[in-house]
Amino acid sequence: MAEKGIEIRLDHVTKRYAGQKAAAVDDFSMVVPAGQVVVFVGPSGCGKTTTMRMINRLIEPTSGTITIGGEDALKIDPDDLRRRVGYAIQQAGLFPHFTVAQNIGIVPGLLGWDKKRTADRVDEMMDLVGLDPGEFAGRFPRQLSGGQQQRVGVARALAADPPVLLMDEPFGAVDPITRGHLQDELLRLQNELRKTIVFVTHDFDEAVKLGDKIAVLGDRSTILQYATPDAILANPADDTVAGFVGAGASLKALTLTRVRDVELGHAVTARADADPSTVDLGAEKWLLVLDRRDRPVRWATQNELRRASSLASIGRPVQDSVTLQSTLRDALEAMVNEGGRAVVTGSRGEYVGTLDLTTVTDVVQQLRANS
Amino acid sequence: MNVLEYVADRWDRLSLQAFLHVSAVVQCTVLAALLGVAIGVAVYRSPAGSALATALASTILTIPSFALLALLIPVFGLGADTTVIALVLYALLPIVRNTIVGLGGVDPAVSDAARGIGMSRFGVLTRVELRLAWPAILAGMRVATQMLMGIAVIAAYAKGPGLGSEVFSGLANAGSANSMNQALTGTIGVVVLALLLDGVYVLVNRFTVSRGVRG
Ligand SMILES: Nc1ncnc2c1ncn2[C@@H]1O[C@H](COP(=O)(O)OP(=O)(O)OP(=O)(O)O)[C@@H](O)[C@H]1O
Ligand SMILES: [Mg+2]
Repeated sequence: MAEKGIEIRLDHVTKRYAGQKAAAVDDFSMVVPAGQVVVFVGPSGCGKTTTMRMINRLIEPTSGTITIGGEDALKIDPDDLRRRVGYAIQQAGLFPHFTVAQNIGIVPGLLGWDKKRTADRVDEMMDLVGLDPGEFAGRFPRQLSGGQQQRVGVARALAADPPVLLMDEPFGAVDPITRGHLQDELLRLQNELRKTIVFVTHDFDEAVKLGDKIAVLGDRSTILQYATPDAILANPADDTVAGFVGAGASLKALTLTRVRDVELGHAVTARADADPSTVDLGAEKWLLVLDRRDRPVRWATQNELRRASSLASIGRPVQDSVTLQSTLRDALEAMVNEGGRAVVTGSRGEYVGTLDLTTVTDVVQQLRANS
Repeated sequence: MNVLEYVADRWDRLSLQAFLHVSAVVQCTVLAALLGVAIGVAVYRSPAGSALATALASTILTIPSFALLALLIPVFGLGADTTVIALVLYALLPIVRNTIVGLGGVDPAVSDAARGIGMSRFGVLTRVELRLAWPAILAGMRVATQMLMGIAVIAAYAKGPGLGSEVFSGLANAGSANSMNQALTGTIGVVVLALLLDGVYVLVNRFTVSRGVRG
C-alpha cells in the first residue's frame, strides 16, 4: 500500500542569498534515483541544507529546475508540494503544545483525511517507529527522550505516506548509541518502504551506513564525488574527499568487505559425542566442539581436554559467531567479544571456518595499498 | 455608619458601579489584546519594527493618566469614549511587548518544521506561533488588567463608568457624613475586584494553555 519513491532531478540549480556575492549553491545538477537513499555529506556551511531545502521550496532557487517524479516542483503550490514531501530535521522540531498523536496526525489533517483514518494512521506510524501508542500517544514532546522525539519526527514525516523524504541531520542531536539504533531503524523502514530519501549529515560513517549513494559536497555545494559508499572508500576522487573519508577509512572499509570474501582459517574440531582421548590438538591451543549438526558450541583448552571425560560440557560456550554474509567489522566485533578468533558459520549454522585478527589486518593493509 | 453598613445600604448602586468598572476594564483589555496582538504580529519579524512599537507603547505609559485624560477630553468629550481610548492605550504596552517576546521566543526549528510539513503561513502563525506565544500574551493581559483597574478609577474624572466616582466624590466631600465610607468603599472595592479578576486569569490560563507548554 505504501507509496514507493519517485525520482528527483535537480538541473543547474543555483541559489544566491540576497546581499551575498558568492552563490550558496552553484550550478548543482543531480539525479536522485527513485527508491534510493542519497546522503549529502560535507563540511559545515558548504550548502547541504540550502540544496535540500530547495527541493521542497523552503528556499526558492535563484535559477535552475527541479522535478519530482517528472513534475516541475516550481509549478506546484509550495504548501501542496510540502505536504507530499516528508520533512524531518535535527531537534525534531515537534510542536510542543501538541501531543505525540497530534504531531503525527498533522499532515493527514492538512490533507483533509477524516478522523478515523488519521487516528489509524497515527497508530500505524507509532508502531512503525517502535513507540507503543498506548503509552506514548497522549504524551507531549517534553515528556519524551531525545531519541523518542526523533522517532516521532520521523513518524510525522512519514504519516501522509510521501514518496519523498528529506532529512536534515535528523539524528544529529542524540547520543551515539541511540543514533546507531535510529539508523538501524531507518534502514529497516527503508527496506520496507523504498522511499526516495535525501539525507544530510556531517558524519561520514553515517553516510556510509545509510547511503545507497553518497554525494560528497564542497564549497558552494559543488559535487566532489557522487558514487556508492564502497566506490568512495576505495577510490576517493581527490584529496578533499580523501580527507573527508578520514583516517578511519580502512576501518570503514571493513563494513564493505564480507567474510565470504576473505580466506578463512581452521580450528581443530571434534563432535560433542567423540571420546576425548581420541582428540589430538597437536600444536593448537584450542579445541572447537561441534554438535551433531556441525554447529559450533564450545571452546576448550588443552588442559580442559586432558581432564575431561566427555566433550559435551567442556570449556566455555561459543558466545558470538558470524556468517559468511557478515561484514569484517561484525567479525572484528565478534573477535573482541570472544577474546580471540571468531567462528564463521554457513547458512544452516554449520561451522565453516574461523577468522583471526591477522586476517583482518591483512585485509586492511591490502585495502590501503589499493587506494 | 461603618463601611459594612454603608455597603449594605448602597448595595444596588455600588454593585452596579462595580459591574461597570469590571466590565469596562475587561472590555478594554480584550480590545487592547486584539489590537496589541495584531501590532505584535505585524512587527515581530523586524527588530526595528519591534523596537519602534515597544517604544511607542512605553511612551504612552509614561504619560500620567490625568494628563492623558485632559488631552483626550477636548477631542472626545466626557464619558465612555474617552475612558475606553485611555484604557486601551495604557493596556497596549504589556500586551504588545509580551506578544513580541512570545512570538520571538518560538523555537525557529518548530516554525521551520511547521512550514516544512506543509502548513500555510497563516496556519503556522495561528496554529503554532500564536499558540506558543499565548502564555506570554495572557501574562501581558493580566498585567494590563491589573493596571487598568487602578487607572479606571482616575477615568471617573472624565465621567467614565465605575467605582472611581465613589472615590472621587468621597474625596471631594471630605469631612461630610459618609465621605470616608464612600472613598474607602470605592478603593477597597477596586482591590477586591482586581484580586477576583486575577483569579479568573489563573483559570483561563489553566483551560487555554496546552499541558505541553505549561510551566
Ligand atoms: N538564510 C540565509 N541567508 C543568507 N545566507 C545563508 C542563509 N542560509 C544559509 N546561508 C549561507 O549559505 C551557505 C550554506 O549554508 P547551509 O545552511 O546550506 O550549509 P550546510 O552545509 O547545511 O551547513 P551545516 O552543515 O553547518 O548545516 C553558508 O555560507 C551560509 O552562511
Ligand atoms: Mg545544514
